[in-house]
Amino acid sequence: MADTAVATEHVDHHAGEHHGPQGFLKYIWSTDHKMIAMQYLFTGMFMAVIGGYMAYVFRMQLAFPGISVPGFGQVSPGEYNALVTNHGSIMIFWVAMPVLIAAFGNFLIPLMIGADDMVFPRINRLSYQIFLISALLLLASLFVQGGGFGGAWTAYPPLSAVGDYNQTAIASSMWLAAVALEFVAFLLGGINFITTLMNARAPGMKAYDIPLVCWMIVIASILFMLSVGPLIAGAAMLFLDQTVGTGFYDPARGGDPVLWQHLFWFFGHPEVYVVLLPAIGITIDIVATFSRKKVFGYKLMLYTTVATGVLSFFVWAHHQFIAGIDPRMANVFMVTTLLISVPIAELLFVIIATLYGGSIRLKTPMLWALAFIAEFLIGGVTGIFLGASGADIYFHDTYFVLAHFHYTFFPIAIIGTFAAFTYWFPKMFGKMMNDTLGKIHFWGTIIPFNFIFIPLFVLGIGGQHRRIYNYEHFPDLSSAGQYQLRQVATIALLVMLAFQLVFFYNCIMSWWKGKAAGKNPWEANTLEWTTESPPPHGNWPEGLPNVYRGPYEYSHPDREEDYWPQNEPD
Amino acid sequence: MIEQLSTYAGDIDNLILLMTVLVGFWFFAAEGMFFWLIWRFRAKPGVKSQYLEGHEPHVMKWITWPHGLILICDVFIIIGAVQVWYNVKQRLPEPDTTIRVIGQQWAWTFQHPGQDNELDTPDDIFTVDDLHVEVDRVYHFLLESRDVLHSFSVPVFRIKQDAIPGRAITGWFEATGTGDYDVQCAEICGIGHGVMAARIHIEDSEQHAAWIAASSAAQ
Repeated sequence: MADTAVATEHVDHHAGEHHGPQGFLKYIWSTDHKMIAMQYLFTGMFMAVIGGYMAYVFRMQLAFPGISVPGFGQVSPGEYNALVTNHGSIMIFWVAMPVLIAAFGNFLIPLMIGADDMVFPRINRLSYQIFLISALLLLASLFVQGGGFGGAWTAYPPLSAVGDYNQTAIASSMWLAAVALEFVAFLLGGINFITTLMNARAPGMKAYDIPLVCWMIVIASILFMLSVGPLIAGAAMLFLDQTVGTGFYDPARGGDPVLWQHLFWFFGHPEVYVVLLPAIGITIDIVATFSRKKVFGYKLMLYTTVATGVLSFFVWAHHQFIAGIDPRMANVFMVTTLLISVPIAELLFVIIATLYGGSIRLKTPMLWALAFIAEFLIGGVTGIFLGASGADIYFHDTYFVLAHFHYTFFPIAIIGTFAAFTYWFPKMFGKMMNDTLGKIHFWGTIIPFNFIFIPLFVLGIGGQHRRIYNYEHFPDLSSAGQYQLRQVATIALLVMLAFQLVFFYNCIMSWWKGKAAGKNPWEANTLEWTTESPPPHGNWPEGLPNVYRGPYEYSHPDREEDYWPQNEPD
Repeated sequence: MIEQLSTYAGDIDNLILLMTVLVGFWFFAAEGMFFWLIWRFRAKPGVKSQYLEGHEPHVMKWITWPHGLILICDVFIIIGAVQVWYNVKQRLPEPDTTIRVIGQQWAWTFQHPGQDNELDTPDDIFTVDDLHVEVDRVYHFLLESRDVLHSFSVPVFRIKQDAIPGRAITGWFEATGTGDYDVQCAEICGIGHGVMAARIHIEDSEQHAAWIAASSAAQ
């Protein structure tokens, strides 16, 4: 990697607005990275609403089995399976990835490294268009004959491969095609992120001057590119099994159903880090800004992240301890899995240590960033129980697993997104968000969140398995106490969903009537705060910035102000 | 935790307890430190933040020491987990009785050996969704599937094993108490996954002999 990067040379191209599409077309045919970021953001938020609606429907069924759910009706077993399957698929592939990686990657990378746009703007546009098609295809699959795919988001064959078994032959192929298209979209996006970060940095921005959130998104893109290949091969085989009747996963014809599990989890575990890293990057940037502190050990953080990424390729079979793999293999994968606790703990320690000696301001974005750490820790430590093979025999596929990964994915996809959204909202829309409403929304989300998933931990420890639409067939799972816990979780979900209205109200009112933000409302150092809010086409109309120092020079002893923008000459 | 009714249920629970202690320590230490720092370094007028790189040895020790200690905790957990895993999944003690467990959409078929205690002989007793075993005997189960993946889970035993079409997977258990409990299918297997419930009836030797006699007479 070159020490001094060269900015892209097409400033002139951006000087006149008349080059790009005009009117309404600019919203759907734009190559501007900020517009594409908005497209990803709003598509992702729309999908999050659908995923949340699904959670509402199946949680109502679990708490009050057999009732007619308001806004849905009675839930049949097939519909229940389709709801949980598509809730999982949507929240990971159509919410966490488009929002955390694609939306914030697109918005932040050029602005934070001082470039006028992505290096491949048209590939960027193509990436979003393919993503949109994949989202529409997934939504359409819910309405075809037989109903939506109900084989779980992991889609294990033979259930997912054979129409006679899953009874949703059309939807299972559509679901698989939608997932594959989504991967194509993110490969295109990822190429862009990596190339842009490597080649289009502002003059003077060395590798260690790049804000960590950009590093994290790019490392996540690299992990995604390296891990997704086997899964795409696996998906092609599964698609052939579904549509033309090959037998890649059919033991009667020499196939092996467990093969899919290896291909899926070889991708699926690095995927956890693909969405985790951007959230960690967002958190560390926000924590540095609002504690007016330099990040504690920038290089340590970066190297630890790379180590986590490398290790994440050697842990996949911990999802398969009891899936029929050779039992001796479990010992190897347990060791690698527990080893990954060391770099992950270190990442969290670095963020916590950054607070030391700071001057902490608890604005809404900072509350979200701190909540990410507090809640993700619960997800992290409960993962140890599942990584230890001996304990996983019992916990596998129980609600303990479910609660564990919601304590990782909710902080990542929801808390991380709200942190980033409230932090960069002034830059995106030029207005400040209402801080009081922001805090009401924060507490109204965080408190119910814990009341949803702590009861589910308890149920999981009590032996309750996942993906069962009605527990009345299991006498040991039908006690009054167990139903009360399920009802607590469901009511907490209703409260949490209701508080999201505060968020939407706050967004609309702040965008409409909010106080003008100015260039740098948080007094932050990174380059996106040196241009207008929102930034115009081409980002810096007066010429791209130069960089003189790292992104976290807060409270430098030689300076009066407690911040020192990267583009300010010494 | 729910009742422990197999010889290894206590081992698994003890492993979980060990991890709860180790992991709980780190969890409360980290959260405690975290909230204390937020409170201690809250913004005060006129107080500027400290300027620390994070590479200084006297502050780095706050990262490197926990780092090493976590590694040590990991070693303890690994040792405990390997022991339990070896005992439950890798080692197969000599069986007193062997049964066959077959999953299919959406029921469990259990093949008991009958009076001769030999599987695959004419006096075998087949039941659907009701498994009868005798307490204090080592059982091998041969786990098969006729269609999709299923998972044979008996929470009071703490045992779970996926069933895979085309394979017979052998596992074992030895019950330590009597009673009737749930057998769950723990791997999604289609629309009827939620009704794929069975019961395990753990009986003492007299009850079990009576059940075998009654079932043999009925066949």
